[in-house]
Amino acid sequence: MTQPLTIVLFLGLIPLAAFGYRLGRGKRLAQSATPSPFAGSAGIFGWYAVLGAAKPALAINLAALGLYLAGILSIPMPVVAASTVVAAMVGLFLALRAIQPHFRAREAIEKTIQRMLFVASLISILTTIGIVASVIFEAIHFFRLVSLWEFITGTQWNPDDALRPDGTVDSSLFGAVPLFAGTLLITCIAMSVAIPVGLFSAICMSEYASPLIRRIAKPTLEILAGIPTVVYGFFAAITVSPLVVETAGRLGLQADSTNALSPGLVMGIMIIPLVSSLADDVISAVPQNLREGSLALGAFPSETIKRVVLPAALPGIVSACLLAVSRAVGETMIVVMAAGLQPVLSANPLRGMTTVNVRIVDAFTGDQAFDSPETLSTFGLGLALLVITLGLNIISLTVIRKFRQRYE
Amino acid sequence: MTLPTDPALHARRKAKERRFKTMSYAAILVAGVFLVFFFADILRQGLPALKQAEILVPIHFTQDILEYPESSLPPEYVPLVSRGVVRLFPNELHATPKLLGSTQERWVLATADVDQFLKGKPNRLKAKERRTAERLQSEGRLRLAWNIGFFTNGDSKLPEMAGVFAAAVGSVYVLLVTLAFSFPIGVMAAVYLEEFAPDNRLMQIIEVNINNLAAIPSILFGLLGLAIFIQFFGIPRSSSMVGGLTLGLMTLPVIIIATRAAIRAIPSAIREGAMALGATRWQVVWDHILPLALPGILTGTIIGLARAIGETAPLILVGMVAFIPQPAASFLEATSVLPAQIYTWASDSQRAFVERTAAGIVVLLVILLSMNALAIFLRTKYERKW
Repeated sequence: MTQPLTIVLFLGLIPLAAFGYRLGRGKRLAQSATPSPFAGSAGIFGWYAVLGAAKPALAINLAALGLYLAGILSIPMPVVAASTVVAAMVGLFLALRAIQPHFRAREAIEKTIQRMLFVASLISILTTIGIVASVIFEAIHFFRLVSLWEFITGTQWNPDDALRPDGTVDSSLFGAVPLFAGTLLITCIAMSVAIPVGLFSAICMSEYASPLIRRIAKPTLEILAGIPTVVYGFFAAITVSPLVVETAGRLGLQADSTNALSPGLVMGIMIIPLVSSLADDVISAVPQNLREGSLALGAFPSETIKRVVLPAALPGIVSACLLAVSRAVGETMIVVMAAGLQPVLSANPLRGMTTVNVRIVDAFTGDQAFDSPETLSTFGLGLALLVITLGLNIISLTVIRKFRQRYE
Repeated sequence: MTLPTDPALHARRKAKERRFKTMSYAAILVAGVFLVFFFADILRQGLPALKQAEILVPIHFTQDILEYPESSLPPEYVPLVSRGVVRLFPNELHATPKLLGSTQERWVLATADVDQFLKGKPNRLKAKERRTAERLQSEGRLRLAWNIGFFTNGDSKLPEMAGVFAAAVGSVYVLLVTLAFSFPIGVMAAVYLEEFAPDNRLMQIIEVNINNLAAIPSILFGLLGLAIFIQFFGIPRSSSMVGGLTLGLMTLPVIIIATRAAIRAIPSAIREGAMALGATRWQVVWDHILPLALPGILTGTIIGLARAIGETAPLILVGMVAFIPQPAASFLEATSVLPAQIYTWASDSQRAFVERTAAGIVVLLVILLSMNALAIFLRTKYERKW
């Protein structure tokens, strides 16, 4: 029943702001004795008054939220709303008092705007900190139950049986090696598709293709990049897996119905556009005179590409491949839908195996409590994922930036 | 002076050149062929779901059906008609009591197995049921009709009743939250970085950080959403608010990078001209930079949103794979989204759901392709070359 009151109070801020705008503008107009040619700029004083009201109002709300989240104090909403209105009125009064003949409202406003923009640009940093902090914080809980060493060297992953009847945790069943091995194998399969195909399409588009083919091929590859991963996952599980099983059967091999090969292949296709667009960029950045020099010496285009262009573009291409690896390691839906759940330690791509990401998703689709060892283990796995992808990204972004600077 | 020419060597080099060139074209061909095969396969699996089996049945409205809804149909029809339809008959009798004692001939939804049988796909009909179905078909009492329910129903445990409506509504909610969060903040951050930021260490860190954020696996954003939004801020699990915010953080770097590129493309003469006339920095941004950069910003935003709308993994982590038959009524209510719906259907063991999954994928792809087409349209129509 307090809700309507809260809403009415908060809605009351809108007429208050409009009123403040008129007051600020009116005061300015009254101060300029003669109607000046700049009378139109009086509106800025109105905005100054509005901002003056908004700032303390926002501060009150943030403070209340902070107190609530920190668990110190839970202030009833109507009280927050009422004090917001009071603070807005006080702020408005102070802002109106500041409007004097020589006061520069625009400068004051622009300073506030700049501060707001600065805060917006900090949010990206806060996001990274948030990711790192949330993963590490929960991972610490996990590593209190399971030793880090057993986690990264153990070969048995079976959290379902890890909770002993007496409530302790059998940490030997949290060995993540099979998961890492699965991720590694599927990543390798994906890379063996994505890197050659992506690299050759980049070479084709930047060195051989006519503008017409480029105009068709580029959007085609972009479509490939725009297909949601859940769709690729469905395709891998429903269409590619049976094909793989059938082909293996013809060759006299035994393949599981959920095998590592199909998600790997489909993931490779998915990553082609990433490799090709990054490689296309770096190959195009190689100065034209290097090519011309080589061609003038009588080399064929292919020889020029292999001996001159690719070596010159090598750092960029390597970092493109690293980004592709990071993408493959982080890819989730394809493996969730097509790779299976058995933590099998095997190098046979025709067997079903599981990956780090599959187990993270699997832990959240069940009904485990948030603090169950299995759920906590996902943060341990998440930490591993974060370290790997963050490392790969930073290396490749640095290399690519250095490379760009070399030819600029 | 003569150049050493070895015809054999030259021929070998030429063959190598041809091989290399062929391989590079083949690579593009591989991508193209895959795309064609992929779309053909999805359409082949999904388009049949646009039609759904219906049976013309006589419905006897008697007092008994309040107790046993199945008694309204002749016994041989009962296993062929969807349970979801039959259980509504008592309600209908309650609503219009004058139906009591009458018999109505009506086309009603058949079970998913009849549907699959009609489409010539594997099904679980028993031999007797199949004979009945064949007889009804020859009498013209069994047909395939347009499947409107797929677009107007929510999720259901019965494949023949399941539709994408609730999930589509959820996707719209999530998209609105994502847009409301990431668009203003992304544009503000980009404007700051391009127009106001001093060249110092902090700004360099922010720059590297944004590029890095764009390459972080989406599943980690899910862990963030879980730990921060749900555990810390207490936003309800599975709600479009928590899903939208999580995807908003993910979309943020895309919008920032696109906006910065759009702003950077504007020649500095525009800024200098405005400043020469006495405009302040903010006036330059608001009156000149933002309007000129708008097409680029919108293109980037649409592409970012298209990526967000197809994203599944982080949403699973914040609980958006629950069974939700009704569209959500608010941003804080539990909801499903299109890709999550596709995922739940794909993991259902019932064969008939495969068709629904593929049809859901077709719907999702149509939405994504039209968003991308809109982005390309905006880019070509409004982008100015300086």
